[in-house]
Amino acid sequence: MSLALKELLYKLADDQLILGHRNSEWTGFGPLLEEDIAFSSMAQDKVGQSLALYTLLQTLGESDPDTVAFTRNANQFHNCILVELPNQEYDFSLIRHFLFDTAEALRFEALSNSSYEPLAQLARKIRGELRYHTLHANTWIKQLGSATEESITRLQNSLVVAMPYALGIFEPSPYEAELISEKIFSGEADLQKKWLEKIEATLNQTHLHLPDWKTIIPVYGGRTGKHSEHLQPLLDEMSEVFRIDPSAEW
Amino acid sequence: MNKILHILETVKDPEIPVLSLVDLGVITDVVVDGDTVLVKMTPTFVGCPAMDYMKAEVETALQQHGYKPHVTISFEKPWSSDLISEKGKAALKKYGLAPPPDNKLFTDLEILETATCPRCNGTNTELKTPFGPTLCRALYYCHSCKEAFEQFKPV
Ligand SMILES: [Zn+2]
Repeated sequence: MSLALKELLYKLADDQLILGHRNSEWTGFGPLLEEDIAFSSMAQDKVGQSLALYTLLQTLGESDPDTVAFTRNANQFHNCILVELPNQEYDFSLIRHFLFDTAEALRFEALSNSSYEPLAQLARKIRGELRYHTLHANTWIKQLGSATEESITRLQNSLVVAMPYALGIFEPSPYEAELISEKIFSGEADLQKKWLEKIEATLNQTHLHLPDWKTIIPVYGGRTGKHSEHLQPLLDEMSEVFRIDPSAEW
Repeated sequence: MNKILHILETVKDPEIPVLSLVDLGVITDVVVDGDTVLVKMTPTFVGCPAMDYMKAEVETALQQHGYKPHVTISFEKPWSSDLISEKGKAALKKYGLAPPPDNKLFTDLEILETATCPRCNGTNTELKTPFGPTLCRALYYCHSCKEAFEQFKPV
């Protein structure tokens, strides 16, 4: 059970840490001051949540959170590839935020019933915070997804680009059966099903169309350390700040 | 025990100096054993940057009164904005921050769309962004006062 649990925690924590850092890159560059603050706040939430998850891993015998966050190489990270992709234009960041955070909110909802009580407790807390993230994503998707021809086209194009990576969020773990039978987590397949229903319901309120996901080949690999070329430079940047001042508050 | 609570009452939220940690609801457990005091605290937000500072302040306050504090951070009883005491909510309002609405009502996000203005008590208000200057505050605009105000977010 311990290996399965650790793999699950690493994937949760690494997703939050990496997307948190991508979000923080919007600081000072958002299309509106409010958006700047929103992405910075979500970054702070996500990095904080990753720290709490790394702290859980420490109680299971892993290294301390700073070492785990800042001294591993790309091939030791378990995040999905979607979260490491560069921010690109705002429309791509927004689509990623919508696709990922919808999944994350459902994931922590499921985990709040985990048989592993420390994770269930943390998940009950995190799911409340994530409501604000999904509120933010849904508000903008609904607004811009029905606004001008340009905003609709841009978002639709980003949706098509992001979709194979978004399906990669649900790359099955080698411990899927064990996690489900031990009631630690209800599993990726179940999560993907709920996620598709949820994003489709939101997109139906806009002029955007969910691409036919059955014809899309998911981009897997992130969960087993096979990442895109974009992860290592991001990690180098993060750990550079850490090496300059290991006690720096981040 | 009352004595300990009195000491803890003197420790304030660094972001809202009128609000004690007890009224904020982040002290979830206190056990006194001789001069040793076990305190359990829980963060308002998991990523709350002030948590380490608040923990250190609690330790210092107890030490100053001759106690041996042992403070741990736990998610056993997770914080929710409903844990802010009535006294705490009144202090927030006086400070110019709209207190959070009952979290039980927060099943629908529509509850966030308006808030009661702490200046004029008016409800002709509009949510500008749920992400204010700190993680725990949302930004509103009051159409009566024609000025912005902040609300302590329901979580
Ligand atoms: Zn007013």
